Amino acid sequence: MNHWLTAPIVLPLLGGLLQIFMGYAPLGLRRTLGLATTTLLLVVSVALLMLADDGAYRAYAFGNWAPPFGIVLVLDRLAALMLVVTSVLALFCHIYSTRGTDAVGRHFHALFLFQLMGLNIAFLTGDLFNLFVAFEVLLIASYGLLMHGGGTIRTIPGLHYVVLNLIGSSLFLISAGMLYSVLGTLNLADLAVKVPQVSGSDQVVVQAAGMLLLIVFALKAAVLPLCFWLPQAYSTATAPVAALFSVMTKVGIYAILRVYSLVFGDDAGALAHLGMDWLFPLSLLTLAVGVIGALSAQSLRRLTAWQVIISVGTLLAALSLTSVAGTSAALFYLINTTWVVGGMFLVADLVARQRGSVEDRIVTAPRMRSRTLLSVFFLFGAIACAGLPPLSGFFAKVLILQAVTPGWTMAWLWGVIMVGSFLTLIAYSRAGSIVFWRNVEGHVKDPGRLTLPVTVSAGALIATSIVIVAMAGPISRYTDATAQQLHTPSAYIEILDTPQVNGGSEQ
Amino acid sequence: MEILFALIIGSLTASGVFLVLRARTFPVVVGLTLLSYGVNLFLFASGRLATGAQPIIGSTETYTDPLPQALVLTAIVIGFAMTAFVVVLALRSQADTEDDHVNGKIEATPPVDTEEHAEDAR
Repeated sequence: MNHWLTAPIVLPLLGGLLQIFMGYAPLGLRRTLGLATTTLLLVVSVALLMLADDGAYRAYAFGNWAPPFGIVLVLDRLAALMLVVTSVLALFCHIYSTRGTDAVGRHFHALFLFQLMGLNIAFLTGDLFNLFVAFEVLLIASYGLLMHGGGTIRTIPGLHYVVLNLIGSSLFLISAGMLYSVLGTLNLADLAVKVPQVSGSDQVVVQAAGMLLLIVFALKAAVLPLCFWLPQAYSTATAPVAALFSVMTKVGIYAILRVYSLVFGDDAGALAHLGMDWLFPLSLLTLAVGVIGALSAQSLRRLTAWQVIISVGTLLAALSLTSVAGTSAALFYLINTTWVVGGMFLVADLVARQRGSVEDRIVTAPRMRSRTLLSVFFLFGAIACAGLPPLSGFFAKVLILQAVTPGWTMAWLWGVIMVGSFLTLIAYSRAGSIVFWRNVEGHVKDPGRLTLPVTVSAGALIATSIVIVAMAGPISRYTDATAQQLHTPSAYIEILDTPQVNGGSEQ
Repeated sequence: MEILFALIIGSLTASGVFLVLRARTFPVVVGLTLLSYGVNLFLFASGRLATGAQPIIGSTETYTDPLPQALVLTAIVIGFAMTAFVVVLALRSQADTEDDHVNGKIEATPPVDTEEHAEDAR
């Protein structure tokens, strides 16, 4: 048992607790400790990524209860990848928040760190009920973060978000109960063993539970009929929170990928690839609705929020191909889209701060002080999001397009992604040309000057797009290996053989 | 017993869903609470119903599955905290928008339902 597996959970937990007790400490101290925690988290995540790269599954059994009886943490390539994606994004969002977001409320840093803890539990856990608990941890923190900064505009979207997610939690519990009542276990590896063995009326129950779970994860991921809460909630949240939330929909996608590749994966007999035939058309529709929303967006933040939905559609379309190539392409796209969309939220906020009362609305306004720099950021971000050649979005989309085998699926996927990308490009060109070019002379009084940390964090997230292109070889090698690992669920099941660790004094 | 239990879960869930779909925050909160009651009972029943059995092997002739009870306990705690949060949030939204409609203040459209109107005037 490798105790380092708990580090991504324990670190933000301790850091967050410290922040609660330091609610009245000087802001500088709280910032330093908060940023130190996030930096350490990044270091630990990268170390775990290197550890997981050998392709083995590492299990950590809490309280030395051997699986399937206790709760296990499982580290594999996918979990490590998600940890790194999250902690890189979180570090830059955290740096950006020192601009003043964290001074608005006393517990920003605590909530931020607890949010990271919830995300990390969700990525590491190997137990379905523990996944529910992880969702609740990250949700309760996200409720606080979403409404951070107060104001009437945040209350109503926040209320919708909370109520929807509470209903989602109820559905999650119902499906967990259904699975337990038939299979007698909630350990993911054990579920993967038991699901192919069910037959008759029990199989129907498992099938229903599986579809219910898909609804829950689809709500988290914001798939079409369940995605309309997202644009309003994300576009009213403060910038670093909105940027961090670009990974929140990815938790739903992670859960879909984990549960439906392992429990209902290739080896699940009659229930193999459950729900994937539904997911493919729904994801394409999600993509289409996202594009339509982006075209209709009235502000940069809302445009970026719709971009989150476009990414979800693209990702799930690739995942629902249930092929190694498709999964690998989706993971490559996931890295790109999480970071760049996060960066776009930050850029939109920088733009809003320099345009006075107009904020980030796509209308004519006084010229921004740092127009050149911001327009370069926006240009790079837009190119990466829309998927134009030199940047990573292009390569990710090419990988997705290559992953599909010829046939009807290919016609739909190519058609929707190509037309969607083109229309996204139009949405970005329209927004960019109005915001950056159609200016009136003079500046607004409050210049909203760019400070170094803010510029660096927004710029760095956008620049990850270039880094991903430069390191495309190693990254795609890693995502290929991850996809390969996900499509051989039999190896995951071996964690059930994790022996109990005996102390010297015990018999 | 199973029939009675199933009927209770069913009616709780049905009432919960109905109330969640209402347009005012108070019924929505009550609906969420009823929904979580239904879900908790459902979860409890997933270990099968048994009378006079303890979740400890050897204490009685038959024993019952302890895991659903642990799950229910967790779900109750989380559900309680979440309900408390949503109550505070609903109060906040009422204070912010001076209305308890789930969408905040709705624009006064001409054909106002008389009953709703009487409530609003209060």
